[in-house]
Amino acid sequence: MTRALINAPKTARRGEIVEIRAMLAHPMETGFRTGTMGKAIPRDIINRFVCTWNGEEIFSADLFPAIAANPYLAFTAVATESGTIAFAWTGDDGETRTAETEITVT
Amino acid sequence: MTGRAPRLLVGLLAACLAGSSAPAGDMVDKRSGADFMSPENRAMQADDMSNPGMFAVLDGEQLWNRPEGANGRSCAGCHGEAATSMRGVAARYPAFDERSERPIDLAGRIGECRRTRQEASPLPHESPELIALTAYVAHQSRGMPISPPQDERLAPFRDNGRRLYERRIGQLDLSCASCHDARSGERLGGSVMPQGHPTAYPLYRLEWQAVGSLQRRLRNCMIGVRAEAFAFGAPEIVELELYLMERAAGLPLETPGVRP
Amino acid sequence: MRDKATTSGLRRRDLVAGSAVLALTLVAPRAARARPTLEEAIRTFTGGADVKTGRVQLAVPPLVENGNAVGLSVKVESPMSETDHVRRIALFNEKNPQADVAVFHIGPRTGRAEVATRIRLATSQTVAAIAEMSDGSFWSHRADVIVTLAACVEDLL
Repeated sequence: MTRALINAPKTARRGEIVEIRAMLAHPMETGFRTGTMGKAIPRDIINRFVCTWNGEEIFSADLFPAIAANPYLAFTAVATESGTIAFAWTGDDGETRTAETEITVT
Repeated sequence: MTGRAPRLLVGLLAACLAGSSAPAGDMVDKRSGADFMSPENRAMQADDMSNPGMFAVLDGEQLWNRPEGANGRSCAGCHGEAATSMRGVAARYPAFDERSERPIDLAGRIGECRRTRQEASPLPHESPELIALTAYVAHQSRGMPISPPQDERLAPFRDNGRRLYERRIGQLDLSCASCHDARSGERLGGSVMPQGHPTAYPLYRLEWQAVGSLQRRLRNCMIGVRAEAFAFGAPEIVELELYLMERAAGLPLETPGVRP
Repeated sequence: MRDKATTSGLRRRDLVAGSAVLALTLVAPRAARARPTLEEAIRTFTGGADVKTGRVQLAVPPLVENGNAVGLSVKVESPMSETDHVRRIALFNEKNPQADVAVFHIGPRTGRAEVATRIRLATSQTVAAIAEMSDGSFWSHRADVIVTLAACVEDLL
């Protein structure tokens, strides 16, 4: 189950620069911590984030263990056309979590 | 021992003064822990889209609507919309539990409901599910003033909670009051000591990198002063919660809070 | 008397040597995977190109209450046009176990060169933001952050 909080406008004027914020529920386990009995906790982070607008990549990020738990990213995009803004977070586990939101551009 | 006597006297005197006249809820200039935070952390709490505690609330909403246990009943099956049925509930907890004839906190009540009404397997203390349900229910009271029930049956337990609050414990020989009454606003190490009002639980603590309960926080504090912590769900820890909510009366609930 | 002194001196030396071996054993695995310095990490990112100061604004609070989530933002002066824009913004730290924090890939489609995120800082240190422009130049801004240590840390039970 993907648990993400997405904040993007529902509507925008063509050419307007809109702010997009995305936060994913994830521990971003660094691999540098030890748990009970001094046992190392293996690294488990989201290492890649991609945002697409109607399939075209507009923003992406390579993430490292120094990104806080529940990775939070805020960035901007030029509103070009109505459609789907999609988000994909890929983890060390190879899994990709996705979320999307619709936007109407006038 | 002799060195401690004056301190003890002052403490007792203060306790007597406070006990004789004003109820604990009348502390002047009562302030939420949020007031002691950096502007950045306050902003993180204030915006639901940036507050990681909201994940627990959203999970709780799903669990609220999910049928559980032998009866196949969901919380919503009996209580309906939490937005109306649960509004104000968290502001009144801990409350008196008829069955055990003791105070019970919100998480305890949810656990009881699950056991007796849903006939479902118990959720362990501090489990993500129990935290989520508690956060979801408490969130329905966000902005409402903490309003402890005027129930005489709670009085002896609340008094005991107050005694626990004022009792010096652990190798550091500190009581809750030593820091949160006498020295709130001052620093302990790099951290500002707030007044210790539990206005925002369950909350996202940066230290935990997770959402946790007031009981977890109380246990942290006890470990911090090198005392043996009360077990989750122990009668004493619920009495302490009961007293703290009385002490915080009138402050608005903030669930889910963010704290450093 | 003399013998005794010599003997105890030897013992002391043995002890010192022994501790050194022990210390090495303890430290070696850590040293073996030593992190690059902040400068080395930046050089790896730029491929050794010159890094100029300016055009980048790294905003991070000078003092934070907990290093587990430090909010920061980076703004780069750029028209963000097809021909003149920021390609990447990278964040590095000085004293975490690993120097890398994040690399953001942006371009004309982002309209502005502005990103914000939350990072972890293990201790008080310098954070650097480096922007790579479409003309191949690199610009940077650094900020020092003091991380106050929490007084009450939960034991892992």
